[in-house]
Amino acid sequence: MKILVPVKRVVDYNVKVRVKADGSGVDVANVKMSMNPFDEIAVEEAVRLKEAGIATEVVAVSAGIGACQETLRAALAIGADRAILIETDAELQPLAVAKLLKAVVGKEQPQLVICGKQAIDDDANQTGQMLAALMGWPQATFASKVAIADGRATVTREIDGGLETLSISLPAVVSTDLRLNEPRYATLPNIMKAKKKPLDVTNPADLGVDVAPRLSTVKVEEPPKRGAGVRVADIAQLVDKLKNEAKVL
Amino acid sequence: MSTYIGPIRDMQFVMKELAGLDEVAALPGNEEVSSDLVDAILEEAGRFATEVLSPLNHSGDQEGARWSEGAVKTASGWKEAYRQFSAAGWTAIAAAPEYGGQGLPKLLSTAVMEMWKSANMAFSLCPMLTGGAIEALMLRGSDEQKSLYLTKMISGEWTGTMNLTEPQAGSDLAAVRTRAEPQGDGSYKLFGQKIFITYGDHDLTDNIIHLVLARLPDAPEGVKGISLFAVPKFLVGADGSLGARNDVHCVSIEHKLGIHASPTCVLAFGDKGGAVGTLVGEANRGLEYMFIMMNEARFAVGMEGLALSERAYQHALGYARERVQGTEAGVRGGGKVAIIRHPDVRRMLMSMKSQTEAMRALAYVVAAATDLAHHHPDPEVRAERQAFVDLMIPVVKGWSTENAIDVASTGVQVHGGMGYIEETGAAQHLRDARITSIYEGTTAIQANDLLGRKVARDGGQAIKAVIASVRQTAAEAGSLDGPAFKAIQNALADAARALEQAVDFVLDTYGTDIKAASAGSVPFLKLLGIVAGGWQMARAAIVARNALASGKEQSSFYQGKIITARFFADHYLSLSAGLSHAVVYGAAGTLDLPEELF
Repeated sequence: MKILVPVKRVVDYNVKVRVKADGSGVDVANVKMSMNPFDEIAVEEAVRLKEAGIATEVVAVSAGIGACQETLRAALAIGADRAILIETDAELQPLAVAKLLKAVVGKEQPQLVICGKQAIDDDANQTGQMLAALMGWPQATFASKVAIADGRATVTREIDGGLETLSISLPAVVSTDLRLNEPRYATLPNIMKAKKKPLDVTNPADLGVDVAPRLSTVKVEEPPKRGAGVRVADIAQLVDKLKNEAKVL
Repeated sequence: MSTYIGPIRDMQFVMKELAGLDEVAALPGNEEVSSDLVDAILEEAGRFATEVLSPLNHSGDQEGARWSEGAVKTASGWKEAYRQFSAAGWTAIAAAPEYGGQGLPKLLSTAVMEMWKSANMAFSLCPMLTGGAIEALMLRGSDEQKSLYLTKMISGEWTGTMNLTEPQAGSDLAAVRTRAEPQGDGSYKLFGQKIFITYGDHDLTDNIIHLVLARLPDAPEGVKGISLFAVPKFLVGADGSLGARNDVHCVSIEHKLGIHASPTCVLAFGDKGGAVGTLVGEANRGLEYMFIMMNEARFAVGMEGLALSERAYQHALGYARERVQGTEAGVRGGGKVAIIRHPDVRRMLMSMKSQTEAMRALAYVVAAATDLAHHHPDPEVRAERQAFVDLMIPVVKGWSTENAIDVASTGVQVHGGMGYIEETGAAQHLRDARITSIYEGTTAIQANDLLGRKVARDGGQAIKAVIASVRQTAAEAGSLDGPAFKAIQNALADAARALEQAVDFVLDTYGTDIKAASAGSVPFLKLLGIVAGGWQMARAAIVARNALASGKEQSSFYQGKIITARFFADHYLSLSAGLSHAVVYGAAGTLDLPEELF
């Protein structure tokens, strides 16, 4: 079984992001970039399935600027077998990425796509679902446990009320939640081996996909600063404030 | 608590655009080294430093290593972090491939080491000391010692220590008294006490290989009668299996100003009949072997100065961006601002940033020169690079560690009153930095080495070659437009003149009035550090300027380099004249006061 794992290059989660002065977006100049943490979980899961003898090949794919190669090399160092970069300088929105992935799926014919449930930069949480819809495949999102047997995936998902378990037929799209696994640290020998693994570069035009944005960003601003706290006289006043000011009761 | 993030962009810049990664990658044996590989390794090491080592830095400091019943327990989290560290292969980065190492160049392992030290200096000392012991066994160990110990030390399964100091033998190792008695079967029994043994005992691994300086019964007095022995904590069978507990025991650990989580042990050898060891190399040549490794060890401690400066800077910068206090000078009705807007806070941050970048540039240039000195096919290039390395090792060690104390102290200052509170974490960097100018040879020892062995001995040849290069860089800066490059050119040219004056004084005086020369040795070391750092910053500014002219990406990074180089020129290179004066004219004031008037 072949597994395709899409990975995205995002601002590192340790970096405190700053909004550009003109409100057009987030400042990414000279900022440390890394693999989206949910995608790292996806790579780890795919590699574990390969180590368990269930998957035969793990292919990592990314779309974006040339520097995304670094992100792909990181996936190769964790244990992916080869990588594909869809290189473009264009701004990519979830639907465009889903279409690009659909084209890659068409070529690669994986039985399973495991992706992060969302990217920590735009938090869209759309690409995996859109890809499943475009392919007409079943999907299981927010996975906290994945088991593959007899051409089906049994996926445990985290939902508001607890855990829900789905059984879906392959091929399918699974998106990862935080508790699915704890990704390993790549070892130094594997980082060196990753350099020798194949990394193919293609582009949206070659895949026949129009990636022109459908959405426009009106404004990006920092969340409002938290105001100072107040001391309440008694429980009654607290309840009153929660009811009438905060409106949470 | 502050999170450390590896300054990978600056590391890449220094490695690739200043220190000559291409030249290092072209050396025989470095076929696998490439720009991409360097990026990948820096990324992953940075991640490990941030996610595993950095979170334990403050807790380790608060909890410290504990001693009880003759054994050391490391701080919470240490054991698991060490397991992950060795499992990821980081202990093997620079070690020889025939024993499982990766054999990567020093330029690369240096940048990786910087991150371990920034993230958690107390932790980093364990693999660092093991690295020293590995080096000693590689160079002088017998085939049997190599096969018994090296693979496991390189994989991190066991650690190593260096046992030099005794209560009466600190900087003066000629006074070592630990004895080694031959047993007639090729082994020896050791008796004596060693102090200040870093990670001399711990619970991270099943075995520890101690390298110990001791005297044979018939050894001559002084430095020529000291031999080196390998003494395992648990005896090792021919098949590599662990045998009986050896008679070396940790009888206490020190309570220190900083690096609390690094156990500094008193080791007793032979209290119960003798600690079994084997001779490393030839008898009576132990100190000589130690000196072979001295460059390596001193460089590594210099890196601690750089690493703690970077950490202190990141900490202070984070606070200065967040802390709102007062209004901006010269702005009416602008409201309260983050303190980074205040000119003196900016000055402090720039002083931290520019010194840290200057130290990094110099250290990496020296690391690259070390790679060339060891592996370049042309013997002339090897000799020339080695002379440069030898000259600069005491500077990287002495200058960077003295700076680190200054930078970490400034970091406390940026935090104001909160900096003095341990919970803030800024004070730890200052406490941790304080040891670096003391161990592995104090600043004065470095300065004596610089003056005697590195400047006077070759008649100033190596240092004059550096001065010529500095002047060339100054001229190059002067050929570029803009006030920043004018300022850099002037400051660098003046500094070169000041250094030359001090060098001439040292060459004139060293043979005739060694006390007068020595009285100015530390100012001389600092002067050379500032000139060498300013030289590298000027080179960085020129490279940045060319990158901007060619329309490279990330222009703000390069613009920042030019501004930072200018700051260094105006604020630090400008100190050269004063330091040179202290070297040339300062001896009288230092030496004339009669001892009873102190």
